[in-house]
Amino acid sequence: MPVSDELDEIQAIFFEECAEGLAVAEQGLSAMALGDVSKEVIAGVFRAVHSIKGGSGAFGHAALLAFSHCFENVLDEVRGGKIPATPEVTKVMLTAFDILTDHVAAAQGIASPPADHAALAALEDVLASKGASVAVAAAPDPVAAVAEDQFGFTPVVALVEELDPFGFEPVGVTLDDLDSAAALPWTVRFGPSRAALANGAEPLLSIREVEMLGGTIVAVDSSALPALRDLDPDESYLVWTLSVPGTVEESALAECFDFVAPDSLVEITRCAAPEQPAPVAPPILTLVETVAPAPVVRPVAAVPEPRPMDPAQQTIRIDLTKLDMLLNLVGELVIRGSILSDRLSPADQERVELPELARLTREIQDNVMSLRAQPIRQTFSRVPRMLRDLTSETGKQVVLEVSGETTEVDKGVIEKIGDPLTHMIRNAVDHGVESVAERLAAGKPAAGLITLSAEQKGARIFVRVSDDGRGIDRPRVRAKAIENGIISADAILSDEETDQLICAPGFSTADSISSISGRGVGMDVVRSNVEALGGRVDISSNPGVGTSFTMILPLTLAILDGMIVRLSGQRFVLPLANVIETVRPEPGQVRPMTPTSEVIELRGQYLPVKRLTDLFGFHADTRRSPEESLVIIVESETAGNVGLMVDTIDDRREVVIKSLDQNLHPIRGLGGATILGDGSIALILDIDALVSPAVQLLQKFPLKGLAA
Amino acid sequence: MSKLILTVDDSASMRMLLKTSLTAQGFRIESANDGVEGLERMHQVQPDLLITDINMPKMDGFELIEAVRGVGQFRGTPILVLSTEFSDEKKTRARSAGATGWITKPFDAEKLGAAIRRVCP
Repeated sequence: MPVSDELDEIQAIFFEECAEGLAVAEQGLSAMALGDVSKEVIAGVFRAVHSIKGGSGAFGHAALLAFSHCFENVLDEVRGGKIPATPEVTKVMLTAFDILTDHVAAAQGIASPPADHAALAALEDVLASKGASVAVAAAPDPVAAVAEDQFGFTPVVALVEELDPFGFEPVGVTLDDLDSAAALPWTVRFGPSRAALANGAEPLLSIREVEMLGGTIVAVDSSALPALRDLDPDESYLVWTLSVPGTVEESALAECFDFVAPDSLVEITRCAAPEQPAPVAPPILTLVETVAPAPVVRPVAAVPEPRPMDPAQQTIRIDLTKLDMLLNLVGELVIRGSILSDRLSPADQERVELPELARLTREIQDNVMSLRAQPIRQTFSRVPRMLRDLTSETGKQVVLEVSGETTEVDKGVIEKIGDPLTHMIRNAVDHGVESVAERLAAGKPAAGLITLSAEQKGARIFVRVSDDGRGIDRPRVRAKAIENGIISADAILSDEETDQLICAPGFSTADSISSISGRGVGMDVVRSNVEALGGRVDISSNPGVGTSFTMILPLTLAILDGMIVRLSGQRFVLPLANVIETVRPEPGQVRPMTPTSEVIELRGQYLPVKRLTDLFGFHADTRRSPEESLVIIVESETAGNVGLMVDTIDDRREVVIKSLDQNLHPIRGLGGATILGDGSIALILDIDALVSPAVQLLQKFPLKGLAA
Repeated sequence: MSKLILTVDDSASMRMLLKTSLTAQGFRIESANDGVEGLERMHQVQPDLLITDINMPKMDGFELIEAVRGVGQFRGTPILVLSTEFSDEKKTRARSAGATGWITKPFDAEKLGAAIRRVCP
């Protein structure tokens, strides 16, 4: 047997397969719920549940095995068209899927076993009534059937009752007799059917196995043997009679004949061995043994047309740490490439080898990135179930719309957005979507709409949860924030600033602690998780119309295309993805609007300008006039297009992002740090955070726990 | 020379479990992920025994067995089905496709070993 370490390792792989299988099953079932009951979809769900069942048995997870078995039976009938995939049947299967997910979690030891009686009963109803709605019938317990027939190809029947053709009286024997040393010996008669040699079977092996149990051949009936010229070497003509000591267990004897062809004669009776001195005929035995099936050379059968490639199948598993290592090395390669390029003369830099090397490095980098990229689908796939649970708890009705689930995101990001997403969905159901009565009174459809979307814009991923609910109740948020001491009573806040308050630590507006949200941890967890990834959360709300939360995340956690700018002599990296254009202002092009704000006139339009030196609080004595500076027009999600005033632009460079928050508290406005070609360190700017209204909020009202 | 067995199963954990259990009993194991790869590996490794799952993508166990039996040199190679299914209908289908025997998952390693020796001396 495998040692336990190996088993643990294999079991871990099994649970990974379970997770994949569950994702496939959920997708399939969701498609079925939406009316796609095609053969491929159903077969996919079946195979997923089937694999879970197979492994669960192998690793001894009895509850999971029993449940998946019952589920599989229904799926098998649906697959075979015996049960129609009606919406009712699909609903039962969706519920069963939820329980199956819980069973898998229980088998992993991360949850307690679910109560599955209702789901099992529903499945068995479906099975018994063939999907014809309700009919509560007591279906035979298919679980018990697993235990039977562990090895039986054809059921081996010990024909105790059958009259022995030799004329011996069968003797009824109970299992107790087995203990008795004086138990009568077994007589086994074995007559392989004509087809016994087909399919690579070898009946002699069964006889040899009986012999190993202590049996001896006492007779061979060769009367059916034809003349040699009529003999078909692929057929079997003999009937053996063996005597086996009575101490051998009947089941052990029966097992010897597990694989014999159907229609073969197998009789196991407990009685005295026949006394008739039937000659054991070695020549015939030898004949049978040596006449091997003639090798018939046939043309190789045409391989069936391969089915459309299943994308999930063509994969290999790689330890994530190895990928991380590779990514790290590629990062180093990029940096060394930069350093090398810095040290070469301009003439050398133009030579063909260097750009070629840079291009190759870039390709390696893109490839390594794509290795870590996964569709966000797997994170989204948890949402439908969560909504089912939430709506049944709250009695609210919700319709989910999902888009952009194929958007590919770095695995590190995918892993970490699960929790924030859960909070956002809960928040949307609990605080956003109103009760059915409230919605109808407001003239809205009874079911709330929650939209879940993902899209990639430049080097950022936008994951958005929107609802069409009541919107953020700003007076209540404000009152709560004052009550919790987050802001002072006389604070003046814009609507956006008020909305941001719900992300403050310790903020909870739940009037009563529901079982869903309002546990005291909420949107601040979302914010801190997202910020730890170098992203941020945007909130926009419209009273009575709805709220949307957007997580804006970096596409990758590793490499960034950046512009190196100088502020008061220090170098910073400005992500190129945000840059629209750069402007050298003419005198008077940048002008003050209020004592604290400036605008730039650009082709007849006015854009706000922010001096980065001021934002970071650099000394005023190094402050330059606009004409001595450059204005970089950047695009931001939070504040539209904004001009950022910097002293100069040094270079454009790919930089490897090194996280700051392992060592420092997250700093709003800074996305990380990097090592430049000359070995010095530069901080990376987070444009969206720098220009967002929330930064002004921080300046006005430093929030507890918020980084300043 | 110990017996060489080709196992075909789409589940990696099942392949590993088979490999570990059977290697411990002195068999040599080769594996394939699905029917198509299984058929290809049959030609490459020429095993003494084929153990295959039924429900697999691309080419299922039944199709694999039929394809293997269609190759003259594999006409006498024993084939065991290892599946969680156990309906008589499926077993009959496997038998007519050319399977030698049927073992129901979950398997007990020692019993599996005994079953293998029953078809593969």
